[in-house]
Amino acid sequence: MADHLYGFDTLCLHAGHIPDAATGARALPIYQTTSFVFDSADHAASLFNLQTFGNVYSRISNPTVAALEERVAALEGGRAGLAAATGMAAQMTALLTLCRAGDHLVASRTLYGGTYSQFAVTFAQFGIDVTFVDPDDPENFRRARKGNTKALYAETIGNPQLNIADLDALATIAHDAGIPLVIDNTLASPYLCRPIEHGADIVVHSLTKYLGGHGTTMGGILVESGKFPWDNGNFPQMTEPSRGYHGVRFYETFGDFGFTMKARMETMRTLGPTLSPLSAFLLLQGIETLHVRMPRHCESTLAIAQHLSEHPQIAWVNYPLLSGNRYEALARKYLPSGASGILTFGVKGGAEAGVRFIESVQMLSHLANVGDAKSLVIHPASTTHRQLSEDEQRAAGVLPEMIRLSVGLESLSDILWDLDQALNNSQ
Amino acid sequence: MNITDDIAGLRRILTRYRSIAVVGISANWYRPSYFAAKYMLDHGYQIFPVNPNYSEVLGRKCYPTIAAIPESVDIVDCFRKPAEMVPLAHEAVAKGAKVLWMQLGIRNDEAAMIASAAGLDVVMNHCVKIEHARILGGLNWAGVNTGVISSRRA
Repeated sequence: MADHLYGFDTLCLHAGHIPDAATGARALPIYQTTSFVFDSADHAASLFNLQTFGNVYSRISNPTVAALEERVAALEGGRAGLAAATGMAAQMTALLTLCRAGDHLVASRTLYGGTYSQFAVTFAQFGIDVTFVDPDDPENFRRARKGNTKALYAETIGNPQLNIADLDALATIAHDAGIPLVIDNTLASPYLCRPIEHGADIVVHSLTKYLGGHGTTMGGILVESGKFPWDNGNFPQMTEPSRGYHGVRFYETFGDFGFTMKARMETMRTLGPTLSPLSAFLLLQGIETLHVRMPRHCESTLAIAQHLSEHPQIAWVNYPLLSGNRYEALARKYLPSGASGILTFGVKGGAEAGVRFIESVQMLSHLANVGDAKSLVIHPASTTHRQLSEDEQRAAGVLPEMIRLSVGLESLSDILWDLDQALNNSQ
Repeated sequence: MNITDDIAGLRRILTRYRSIAVVGISANWYRPSYFAAKYMLDHGYQIFPVNPNYSEVLGRKCYPTIAAIPESVDIVDCFRKPAEMVPLAHEAVAKGAKVLWMQLGIRNDEAAMIASAAGLDVVMNHCVKIEHARILGGLNWAGVNTGVISSRRA
């Protein structure tokens, strides 16, 4: 008899958590503890040897955090997940499990600014070299690959350019090279796109955005597809005895979740950017309504994009599903049920008009985040990208007049009203 | 052919049967076969190590063959190469085992046919330890997508 396959909405509510054996609590208990008692010396030894599954210390694993990990892994159609304190920590954990000093990555050049800095500045200090390429032609990734390249890296929806990655093409190029495709799926969320279905091998998220959904809690996660052949010769750290774990061979011992186990037992255990149990609980509350929130984010954003594209004080509007957008075809392929809740637009009058617009909004919040239940605006040229020269800003896709709007769940008419009155004041 | 691959079927096998012959067990504590046998021993199963190279593993007498085990065996759990599965299937049938279990990475359709035709349940390409932890608890603590959805107490 085949197992019943539950739908995405059901997984948002149930995956990873069955009622607590001791109490029957229906909501997820918060195991706010650093450590877990051992049944016996032999049980302790078995846990430290990885011969049995269980909890030792919350830097390594915790039942509340584990429920979140399983839930996101289920939503992404992956085999296993490992949560981290932030999205930055999650991608770092994934990549430092793949790479060591002397290795190389090929990444999209349209990444979130924090990711760009992590790769270009911090990874360079570790001796990991990253080549950034224009992702609009996937063949650029193939051309930049070297003998020591360990992964290709891109975002499903680039931030803030809102460019769409051609996931199928990138997966083919990665697999031709025998290396994994790592995709940051933060802005799409698994409700809109599941990169593993398009060949991605590892998916990373900032849970801080749509998955958490309420702007209360930092978190990140990596999810492994379970499909990558780690014994292809390019990843001896997966097949040879581990120095960090007394000779365990992670791929042989744990099979299709061997990468996640290695990331947990070596990278997370020794570097320590762990998610707290309370944060995991808060993020999980958000995930329980992901499937209800995302359609509304998408519908409102498309309506606002259409409204702004006919607005007299607007120079241009960028939303992937807007008719005529350069990424419309890719968005229709990879994001058929919506292109998420972020759009950018240019106010007529350049940077000064952009600043006046920001200072005139009354209900939209001026802050540096996206994916909140509340609508958020920012003028990147005067905030997140202000350290860059105008030429550098343009190279990063940040035009002087550009406003980034993260559309929340308020009444659509109220968001439109605030935009219109602020635009009138900007001129 | 009777290949068991679903949660209900694996749960039935792992709850109904209690004795396991671990064929090809290693005496090295960091090898997967030792991991699996120790885990199942810790979870209340009777373990019969089978490997002609050892006299004792996990503090238990180690037998050279399945036939040499003096007691009845429910599950024959195989940590050997796929090419060795056909003779092991015959041995499992001769022993009166209920399940031929081929470990992670091991598939052999001919062996499966032999065991299945004799009325045995067959599991292929799964780890007995991982499936036990997936379905009966523990693997969820490792962040693995177990596929188990239930509104009943764990």
